[in-house]
Amino acid sequence: MSCNCTGKTLDLAPLMDILAPYKQNPKGALIPVLQHAQDVYGYLPQEVLEAIASELNIPVAEVFGVVTFYAQFHLTPRGKNIIRICQGTACHVRGAKTILEAVCSHLGVKAGETTPDLNFTIETVACLGACGLAPVMMVNDNTHGRLTPSDIPGILDSYLD
Amino acid sequence: MLELKRLTSIAALTKLQAKTKDLVSLRHYDRKPNEEKHQILICGGTGCHSSGCGAVKDALQASIDAHGLHDKVNIVVTGCHGFCEVGPLVICYPGGLFYVRVKPEDAEEIIVSTIVEGKAVERLHFKDEHDNAPRPSYRDVLFYNLQKRVVLHNCGRIDPENIFEFIANGGYQGFAKALGMGRQATLDEVLKSGLRGRGGAGFPTGMKWKFMASEPAEPKYMLCNADEGDPGAFMDRSILEGDPNAVIEGMLIGAWATGATEGYVYVRAEYPLAIKRLGIALAQAEALGLIGDNILGTDFSFHLKIKQGAGAFVCGEETALMRSIEGKRGMPRVRPPFPAKQGLWEKPTVLNNVETLATIGHIITVGADEYRQDGTEKSPGTKIFAVTGKVNNTGLVEIPMGVSMRHIIFDICGGIKDHKKFKAVQIGGPSGACLPASLLDNPVDYDSLTAAGAMMGSGGLVVVDQDTCMVDLARFFLTFTQAESCGKCTPCREGSKRMLEILERICDGNGRNGDIEELERLAKTMRTSSLCALGQTAPNPVLSTLRFFRSEYEAHIVDKHCPAGACTSLLQYKIDATKCKGCTLCARNCPVNAIIGKVKEAHLIDTNKCIKCGTCIDKCKFGAISRG
Repeated sequence: MSCNCTGKTLDLAPLMDILAPYKQNPKGALIPVLQHAQDVYGYLPQEVLEAIASELNIPVAEVFGVVTFYAQFHLTPRGKNIIRICQGTACHVRGAKTILEAVCSHLGVKAGETTPDLNFTIETVACLGACGLAPVMMVNDNTHGRLTPSDIPGILDSYLD
Repeated sequence: MLELKRLTSIAALTKLQAKTKDLVSLRHYDRKPNEEKHQILICGGTGCHSSGCGAVKDALQASIDAHGLHDKVNIVVTGCHGFCEVGPLVICYPGGLFYVRVKPEDAEEIIVSTIVEGKAVERLHFKDEHDNAPRPSYRDVLFYNLQKRVVLHNCGRIDPENIFEFIANGGYQGFAKALGMGRQATLDEVLKSGLRGRGGAGFPTGMKWKFMASEPAEPKYMLCNADEGDPGAFMDRSILEGDPNAVIEGMLIGAWATGATEGYVYVRAEYPLAIKRLGIALAQAEALGLIGDNILGTDFSFHLKIKQGAGAFVCGEETALMRSIEGKRGMPRVRPPFPAKQGLWEKPTVLNNVETLATIGHIITVGADEYRQDGTEKSPGTKIFAVTGKVNNTGLVEIPMGVSMRHIIFDICGGIKDHKKFKAVQIGGPSGACLPASLLDNPVDYDSLTAAGAMMGSGGLVVVDQDTCMVDLARFFLTFTQAESCGKCTPCREGSKRMLEILERICDGNGRNGDIEELERLAKTMRTSSLCALGQTAPNPVLSTLRFFRSEYEAHIVDKHCPAGACTSLLQYKIDATKCKGCTLCARNCPVNAIIGKVKEAHLIDTNKCIKCGTCIDKCKFGAISRG
């Protein structure tokens, strides 16, 4: 099964490797499989959802329902670097809004969007649990704390190759 | 590290503990002039990690090597100390010399002074804001010394990636004791301790266990709720990062007491370090035969897995969490049947929070009577609070239940930042409430908070000062719950949306007469008819701010004025004619030409043109412009 609509063929072999250990016992497998698949493909293209559905013997509609329920899953391509800006209470009272504005204005896209060069995706999260360092943002798995708007350009540029 | 060899009896565990004692024997406060050996503990929690503890560790190691001290000194990376505000933290044992905000360039001085010369580096000590005097040792710092760290005992004191340090400090002894006591006696001990669930609702843990123990169906599941979603709470993250084995031990005891044979820890994906450390702890516990079949040579078996959440706040609700483990949309269902009867895959299931489980080992080790020495009659034990916001010392505070809010905020956390005035404390996250200054002396326990219209929640305390608008804060929480509402039941889905719309228009200066009454009506409907706690408690921030700060709502609606000066749409900029020198600087910098006036005459702001950008205030050299 492949799709040629973008001119590229999607290689489903890595997905089959992910699914292999769950085929015997598909109980509760859907979410871990989706998480793993998203790690490999960067997002969840339709072909992947269809393949997961047929391999785990779950209706595609149910797979789609799960994907759209959880904030973690994405149906469109995302940037190489994921910026997650904390909007928690502690960050809110210590100026998280100005951090979000600084990131958006530096990259020229809004929260939830990806830069056209696919370098960055901006997301907001409810709380990163690093409230002692508010305001906080994560870039990939790195936490940056005690931020001021003027820190933003330097931090973001350090993630460019 | 010692060899990870399967333990086949309780006696083997006891023997192992004796063998591991040396690992932690240096971590005491007595200091002699010529110590032979030293240990340097570096905080490796999420907070200190982002403050650069990795580079500090490398610099210390380089300095140790340069001085040829590697036989004398070793570095241990620990979990969170809960004092993230002043990280990265470094503690030198013996003696417990406490260094804060350490930079890589301080490493050489620390090694030369503390280790070689036996002198403390005074400039790196923490200084209390009360007297500005340096606090040389960990236990001198008021933030720590006023606390009673029972559950957080190991956090920051052991290497969380080394199970032997946990065992050396008495880890898994509670579980071993429980095996000796038998299942019923273990259950009775937890019942007697009066421990109440630390996740929010405060339901007695022993009761939950008892319900499940009496169910005949098999298999039974023991779950740990580590989906800590409340903005402003991070005690569960710190426990998982600093002492993951304590949670595993709690689950083992729970499984033993209730007859569960399988378990899951449901952790949110936003906590990568916690997931990593829990995974290491679990692998080591399996290697030692503490998890798996025939644990410690008995016929008791328990298998444990980690499940990562996928980003949905509602999955903190027990029935939603179970649906999520099953791989479905995480939506709550009607109870009864309660999970103790029909939970995960319709089998008997018990779900406990991280902090609750981390307390269990201690309760069994010291016994229920000893445990009840702390706290109040109805809320025994200690509770961890995550104190954040506008306080001097933000971080984790563990204290016996029943102390006053004032003690936590002003004595332990050093009061309000920049000498501003305390306005309110928000407790319990989006389901919680705002308490004003008049309630600061009330005791903090489950029942007193409920009586004040608040709730314990997970124990997040966000302190706000005079600059925070209470209407805006309520709007902030509603924005959160509205976005996280799963949409299954109408009162929550529609009610949160309509309440948010009203709050938004009030903050934007478009509030109408009757809005407050409409908010109250919607809140009542949501409270009484929502399916799960998310919807039932979502109106709490609005109701509590209405109760204690009603005049702020009225000022927004009637006077179109934000008393805290936080809602930008309601701000008015004014020029004080007596202070204005007519220098024209503001007028020249105004992006919309809203300032009029002649040279050397007082200027005036045309409020119809003003976009409230604040440029004029920044430019004025005479302090003549004010906003309010």
